[in-house]
Amino acid sequence: MATLALIQDNLPIMLWGTGVTVLVSGVAIILGMPLGLVLCFGLTSSSAWLRRVSRVYQSLWRGTPILVQLLIIYYLLPLIGINVAPILAAIIALTLNTIAFQAEIFRGGLLAIPPGQMEAARMVGIRKWSARIYILIPQIFRLIIPSLVNETISILKNSSLVSVIAVTELMRVSQQIVATTYRPFEIYITAAIIYIVTNFLLSLVGHAAEQRLARGT
Amino acid sequence: MTQFLDLWVQYAPLMLAGLVTTAWICALATVLGIVIGLILACLEGLDAKPLRWAVRTYIEIMRGLPILILLFVLYYGGPSIGLRLDAETVGVLGLGFYGAAYFAEIFRSGFQSIPKGQIEAARMAGLTGTQIVRHIKLPQMLVLITPPMVNEVIILIKESAVLSIITVAELTKNTTQFVNETYAVIQPYLAAALLYWLLVEAVAQLGKFVERRVRF
Repeated sequence: MATLALIQDNLPIMLWGTGVTVLVSGVAIILGMPLGLVLCFGLTSSSAWLRRVSRVYQSLWRGTPILVQLLIIYYLLPLIGINVAPILAAIIALTLNTIAFQAEIFRGGLLAIPPGQMEAARMVGIRKWSARIYILIPQIFRLIIPSLVNETISILKNSSLVSVIAVTELMRVSQQIVATTYRPFEIYITAAIIYIVTNFLLSLVGHAAEQRLARGT
Repeated sequence: MTQFLDLWVQYAPLMLAGLVTTAWICALATVLGIVIGLILACLEGLDAKPLRWAVRTYIEIMRGLPILILLFVLYYGGPSIGLRLDAETVGVLGLGFYGAAYFAEIFRSGFQSIPKGQIEAARMAGLTGTQIVRHIKLPQMLVLITPPMVNEVIILIKESAVLSIITVAELTKNTTQFVNETYAVIQPYLAAALLYWLLVEAVAQLGKFVERRVRF
């Protein structure tokens, strides 16, 4: 029963940490959406120069470990005179990372939409960005909900890495509890369960969203 | 500029040693992951509900868990249930078990791509389950599953950076040592990013080569 008491004592602070985890990953995902769309239109742009720049950005952020990205952002920003709180550095790093992945998801959705639609819209005189916002984007979102939920889960899992730059999210809180209680097994298993439950809830939300959007067609 | 490069020259052995560690840990983890993943996918295909349920649970747990938590449970939690492993072993096992769930999903999608009639025909011809997997399913699905498998290996290489947190002297760990000893930031991380990118690119090229070989 000592185990139960231990978990009961520490659960509130762990749930608080979960809140930070959800906040950091949620903000990153939401900020990443419009920026990911912009990068997606960059990747599919008619300008070769814009395409190249977009591809380099995407290749860099998809080709390096997120831990390295996080450390670079955290240690590099102060060097160029920008002092940010760890949590902000974490959000910036996760956002810049998810942009690259979301752009690829959006590109997949974009490819599934017949190009004739865009041509027709341009013919009737709708401006490029208006057509993108009102015609392409709503359809893209309907197609890519499952992938977007996957990306959200992956960012939520990766957000455990921001513990290394002292953001007190679930992982960091667990480490701190272990440091004072010397009960790593119980605490880390509890944290594991919290992560799994959170991700399970996320996939449920994803399913519900999918069904609602499917009805919209 | 020379100062910039001097640091690189000075720390090249450390960084390369880290790269080698990252590479062999990922290689072992990939082999482990593919073997367990294939076993899981085969078990899931059997006609036994409890077995299928157990495999699904394993996959869902692994896919819902940050790898960092898995490593911490094994490395720091292990000793309290009598499981003492060194950091490298935890790294290989952790990445392997984690990757296995993803490899299993890839194999499952591959198995699904084989028309049912072929399996029935093979069974009629008297082939055993293992023979069917070995001679009928695997060769045909290789074309389909090679790209996602290569993708997964690349993901594992990137995830392996997390092993630095449990003190494995791999590329990221050695990079932080580089930072701590020199107070330089740009050179170490730039070098790390380049080396990771090199490794990932090498795997991608290898994947393309394999892809060409498995095409009929």
